[in-house]
Amino acid sequence: MSAGQHGQFDEMHAPDGSVRDAYRQFHQWLVEQDSAWMRRKHFEAESLFRRTGITFNVYGEEDAEERLIPFDMIPRIVTGAEWRRLSRGIEQRVKALNAFMHDLYHRQEIIRSGRLPERLFRDNKAWLPQMVGFTPPGGVYTHIVGIDLVRTGPDEFLVLEDNARTPSGVSYMLENRETMMAMFPELFTQVKVQPVSNYPRRLAKSLSACAPPCASANPMVAVLTPGIYNSAYFEHAFLADQMGAELVEGSDLRVIDGRVQMRTTQGFQPIDVLYRRVDDEFLDPLSFNPDSVLGVPGIMDVYRAGRITIANAPGTGVADDKAIYSFMPEIVEFYTGEKPLLSNVQTWRCADPDSLKYVLENLAELVVKEVHGSGGYGMLIGPAASRRDLALFREKLRANPDNYIAQPTLALSTCPIFTNKGLAPRHVDLRPFVLVSPEGCDITPGGLTRVALKRGSLVVNSSQGGGTKDSWVLDD
Amino acid sequence: MLGRVANSMFWMYRYLERAENTARLLAAGHRMALTRGADIADEEWRSVLTTLGQLQQYKQHHEDFTGAHVCDFVLRAKGNKQSVLSMFERARTNARACRSAISAEVWEAVNEGWMTLRDLLARPVRDTSLNVALSAIRRESTLARGATHGSMMRNEAYCFVRLGTFGERADNTARILDVKYYLLLPSLSYVGTPLDTGQWDNVLRSLSGERAHRWLNAGRMDARSIAELLILDDRFPRSLTFCYAAMRENLAALARLHGHEGPAHALMREADQGLTGRTVDDIFDQGLHQFLTEFIGRNQAVANAISEQYRFIT
Repeated sequence: MSAGQHGQFDEMHAPDGSVRDAYRQFHQWLVEQDSAWMRRKHFEAESLFRRTGITFNVYGEEDAEERLIPFDMIPRIVTGAEWRRLSRGIEQRVKALNAFMHDLYHRQEIIRSGRLPERLFRDNKAWLPQMVGFTPPGGVYTHIVGIDLVRTGPDEFLVLEDNARTPSGVSYMLENRETMMAMFPELFTQVKVQPVSNYPRRLAKSLSACAPPCASANPMVAVLTPGIYNSAYFEHAFLADQMGAELVEGSDLRVIDGRVQMRTTQGFQPIDVLYRRVDDEFLDPLSFNPDSVLGVPGIMDVYRAGRITIANAPGTGVADDKAIYSFMPEIVEFYTGEKPLLSNVQTWRCADPDSLKYVLENLAELVVKEVHGSGGYGMLIGPAASRRDLALFREKLRANPDNYIAQPTLALSTCPIFTNKGLAPRHVDLRPFVLVSPEGCDITPGGLTRVALKRGSLVVNSSQGGGTKDSWVLDD
Repeated sequence: MLGRVANSMFWMYRYLERAENTARLLAAGHRMALTRGADIADEEWRSVLTTLGQLQQYKQHHEDFTGAHVCDFVLRAKGNKQSVLSMFERARTNARACRSAISAEVWEAVNEGWMTLRDLLARPVRDTSLNVALSAIRRESTLARGATHGSMMRNEAYCFVRLGTFGERADNTARILDVKYYLLLPSLSYVGTPLDTGQWDNVLRSLSGERAHRWLNAGRMDARSIAELLILDDRFPRSLTFCYAAMRENLAALARLHGHEGPAHALMREADQGLTGRTVDDIFDQGLHQFLTEFIGRNQAVANAISEQYRFIT
């Protein structure tokens, strides 16, 4: 057993080595388990995942066509009280995000008021002129949001990123729980954990509530996937299956009589709500990338006529921009009239000359990210970078400062992982999933905990060798 | 359901069925080769390739017809797109494409089956372990079928599953019978000799019909009784009439679900008439080869009509 490293918050252990409240019952169970048996379970988990085919594909790795995201058996546990506080902050933030989207594509009050510089979205490729003046059915832009949280202390949860475009990973939230329940059924009789398994039902309900006026009382919901070779195909199929919705590809869809329709064995049938897992750019070859075969020619016309709901709405990627992120405290305050309940990580916008100067001078202590980047690609972690990497990044920053933001290297909280030599602390984050409909926000108690498996590493992205854990919210 | 998904279900089960029947064919060939001289063994392996339609392709890779070469080619050769391994791979790819239309149990059976065979066929299969590999292929296909039977809704999707399975099976039975019979023609004068009965026994083994035939025709082993079992006996699950009863039933179920019939139903009825009311004497009078050729053609036409009527592709 090891306590958290010096100066870092460990989810399980307090600095004096005692076990924190959230882990009290789990820890009690854990110490009673035979270590050889646990090692066997550790091995068993992998074969379980491989058998059920929970895999993801890594771009640029021909050899390993289907890979598993490593799963760690030690859950990440949050108390009910902590969760309630987080939920309020998340709900406030997501409501602000939706209001912000609506404003950006309508009167742009936030820009008129001088709180947000216009160039931020004018230069942003994710901002779509096709959305200007249009309100999606139900007024919802971000039907599904994943908010990435990190923790630096007992009460310090910070938002690291907002995923308003197409947050992925929810299938891992569900399968990790299933795996834990299959491996350690008795554990769940000892610790009361709030269930996550009803997420697909909640998703189906939330999406149906966003259906356009032309839909019947029982709206037809479909999941649009780029196809079986997409890295997240497993998740697309899984969600469609769990929701009881059709899983469609672009080639199944066609615009007929002003509706988007799918080719069934009995001819074409209209779709009311399309949960698309295809990027904006590929959604409609007539409106966006003309070479796309993944989308549906003409779907944007149907959309603008209010005869289909696209979730999430095209153009919501603006909010994923890390320069916009840096304005989130102002955005939350502007639209809700309240102080943000969840803080941002301090962020320097390199577009601002004073900030750039600071970043260049302190590069070795900072994390630098591309404003449009995601998945942990193209970022610099100052303390871990070589002198050469730092010099290269300085060049990049000077050449194109607008493209970067910088943040302090956070002392992310750690959570123990299981290794053959016992428990070892590793850095984690947490991505809860939020559903938005005209009926309100619905946050499933739990989420995806990503964990950096390499000792000391701060990068939790699965594409960079991160793993996942089951995430528990206690029922207290 | 989506036309594309119906197509994937249909083909997933066709490939599973074909992989299984290929394994049966190899097992029978292997047994034959063990009990006969080298010439007959070569002939036997060549006929296996003919039945599978892989003879020309095989000749591009090998000059002889040894069991080791033929089995390796049919089971796992990289250059053979119709190998059992790639059939299973395609079954799995189709299963992925219709993942939300099949149960988790079916997906796991197919996925695990593919993983098992991939490992088993990673290296050339030695003579001593050939039977292990062949039974594994049959077992994995059987498990997938069992999972299907036990866990899938009897809905529209299930109809396409059954149509794929039985359309393929009818085709395979007809082809095996056709090639074997053709091969036996020169030896028809040896009626009743050990060689002849051995050959016929081999036909039955290729279709797992030796036991059924023994119980129905104690002590007899001749072309007519065998053809009768494999073509006309609707109690034998690999016979043409059995397969057609299943296809008829599933096409009728689709018509009930959709409220109307289509061109596939008309063609099915026509194909069915080629079978019902026929006696084995009729068939031999017409000529078995002629009969089977027509059957295979009509069976193919039914499959095409299903694909078109239910919008598999467009």
